[in-house]
Amino acid sequence: MELDSSQSVADALRTVGYLPDARIAQVVYLAAHLGKPILVEGPAGVGKTELAKALAAVTGRELVRLQCYEGLDEAKALYEWNYKKQLLRIQADEDHEWSEIEQDIFSEEFLLERPLLRAIRSEKPAILLIDEVDRVEVETEALLLEVLSDFQVSIPELGTIAASSIPMVLLTSNNTRELSEALKRRCLFLHIDYPDPEREQEILEARVPGLSAHLAEQIARVARSVRNLDLKKSPSVSETIDWARTLLALAVDQVDEDVLADTLHVLLKYQTDIETAAKELTAPAR
Amino acid sequence: MIATLTGFIDELRDVGVPVSMVEAIDAMRAVESLDLVDKVALRETLRATLIKNLRHERAFDTAFDVYFSSLPAPLPDHPELADDPVGQPSSTAPPEGDFDLDDLLQSLLDALQSSDSDGLRAGAQRAVDRLAGMEPGRPVGGTYYLYRTLRRLDMTRLEERLMEAMAEGRELSEFDQRLLREDIASRLEELKRQLEEEIRRRLVADRGREAVARTLRRPMIEDVDLMHATTAELAEMEAAIGPLTRKLAARLARRRKRRSGRLDFRKTVRRSLATGGVPVDPQFRHPRPHRPEVWLVCDISGSMATFSRFTLQFTHAMSSQFSRLRSFAFVDTVDEVSDFFGPGIDFGSALHRITTEAEVVWMDGHSDYGNTFETFLNRYGRQITPRTTIIITGDARNNYRPTREQALADIAKKARAVIWLNPEPTSYWDTGDSTMSEYAAHCDSVHEVRTLAQLESFVEGLTFPRARVF
Ligand SMILES: Nc1ncnc2c1ncn2[C@@H]1O[C@H](COP(=O)(O)OP(=O)(O)O)[C@@H](O)[C@H]1O
Ligand SMILES: [Mg+2]
Repeated sequence: MELDSSQSVADALRTVGYLPDARIAQVVYLAAHLGKPILVEGPAGVGKTELAKALAAVTGRELVRLQCYEGLDEAKALYEWNYKKQLLRIQADEDHEWSEIEQDIFSEEFLLERPLLRAIRSEKPAILLIDEVDRVEVETEALLLEVLSDFQVSIPELGTIAASSIPMVLLTSNNTRELSEALKRRCLFLHIDYPDPEREQEILEARVPGLSAHLAEQIARVARSVRNLDLKKSPSVSETIDWARTLLALAVDQVDEDVLADTLHVLLKYQTDIETAAKELTAPAR
Repeated sequence: MIATLTGFIDELRDVGVPVSMVEAIDAMRAVESLDLVDKVALRETLRATLIKNLRHERAFDTAFDVYFSSLPAPLPDHPELADDPVGQPSSTAPPEGDFDLDDLLQSLLDALQSSDSDGLRAGAQRAVDRLAGMEPGRPVGGTYYLYRTLRRLDMTRLEERLMEAMAEGRELSEFDQRLLREDIASRLEELKRQLEEEIRRRLVADRGREAVARTLRRPMIEDVDLMHATTAELAEMEAAIGPLTRKLAARLARRRKRRSGRLDFRKTVRRSLATGGVPVDPQFRHPRPHRPEVWLVCDISGSMATFSRFTLQFTHAMSSQFSRLRSFAFVDTVDEVSDFFGPGIDFGSALHRITTEAEVVWMDGHSDYGNTFETFLNRYGRQITPRTTIIITGDARNNYRPTREQALADIAKKARAVIWLNPEPTSYWDTGDSTMSEYAAHCDSVHEVRTLAQLESFVEGLTFPRARVF
């Protein structure tokens, strides 16, 4: 699938059930065209991770995912020596010369490839998803930046490994901290917000088989209304999808106050939010 | 095009959006790959390459409207507009006679109801043409013209008519009415946006980009002085507080920096039995996640009016992030206000209850930090633990009263940390009745927080001393 215009990006993504807006399609096209990483930012559950998956699906490329977390380090992001295996080899080869053993145990066979290395050593260009990058510490961010700038990795025992292919890179962030200027400068920036009701309706129809257009539209409108409230956590797209599934299972064909009141817990995760929404939407003050 | 782009980037820099050389070059390269007439594509391309922070989007959109205002292509569905050369408004003073307001309103209504964006744009152009009464050469930013157009269109009436049309004669439940109102509000918002864009386009045609850009410049919201913010600016700041408090919450909960925990010797040895005593799989203790306990203590005296509204908003947002947040307000004495921020309470009613119910005035309603700290220590001191982080917000202007620093020193001794945020410029500290230095001596850190940007950099830079051990 060629990503040679924003329109063809949009069309391609739709075929795999991802509904982009004009901005998403444009930025993906640019990233493919300029060979730059995309930094995707936005609240949880708006389709950031899904975008990378959908791109892998439309391009037929391998999705290599580096899930970030606090404490993620080089050994988990880049490569690591399999020291269990090394130790056992050392034990087995006790009578050999050390230099010989050393040669042996610091070879490809004992190298554990982690996502970054794996992505750049892939024969065919991969889609590299660095998910929730705001969760790593600043030093690890610097390491990521280095790899994304040079597309090579130097392993002291093996030398420098240059990329066999340049992956298409997506980084996602829930914006719990500011990323470094250097990293941002490298990337195209894509902020994804909650979809407007028209697009959310389309997403619902694509993701929930059997859902009528009428019900999908109602759900999307109610979702907007709930997101307008002052809540601890607004419902994400995944939550409106869950809600749609629930309504479908309950054979509801019209969303009214009562239906909403009975199923709010599917849409909202905090008890206090459920109370707020119930008070505001299902029992309007007169 | 290159010249326009350069001017546009200069304008962004002038209003305070940092655009690096690399980004400028990226933008140029990216634009080369575009079909120029497509305004949406151009806008998103420039946005993705030049704007790396959501807060800069408003400034970006304004500048974009100004610099690329002449782009909209004549609308194929509305040939009557094609004779209006792009960027050259056919006339600025509405000719009398052939104009029918009802007809315009009807076509706007139709476009709004059927979400016909071309129709809406055409209607907006006609409305500006006939109703804005734009006067050539006037050095204004356009808000006035927008206001005039909206008034002449009578938005309230338009909303009612749209409501009627879209209800299609059905009897709507209160719930459905609410959904419909929200739907209509967002459609009308789009109309306003179109009107504003059209007005800017004409202003640019009249006076040129640079001049219009200059009149539209406003400080970035993050740089507005909290003490002197307008109501509208406060509202905008308040919207920006949410993400910031989430960041602060994440910061406070973050464990101290350490790659992995300490080596767990016993576990490692136990594991090594499987490999004949070779410790191939060292075991580490996991550092325990930190459960932060935050207390906010806010000066809400008159001298702090705008700032305290802002800090209370911050408190309100924080209370949705921390289950263990306690908040206190003071003027010349202090009272706990945590309950006013309970679940489901909106900010307005919290603010109302604090100003009417909290007992923060003991004597005369002039700030008294000394009495405040002493009362605080006596009343709440025993509940402070080595996990408690206390954040004080105030200008430390004590009306020449005794500072009673010892009270703050005692508070600090019990707490994990005491942090002070002062909304005055550092250069004002210790002038007049400000006693910042006396108190600063007992704080772990003191920060000037006059703007959202400073609040943000405070949050970003926050590192905590580890919990104090007895
Ligand atoms: N544009 C979209 N098109 C189709 N499905 C979407 C879209 N956006 C979100 N979703 C749905 O929402 C779910 C959550 O999205 P995800 O990518 O996990 O969110 P996050 O932004 O937190 O990474 C996805 O599994 C998908 O079902
Ligand atoms: Mg995700």
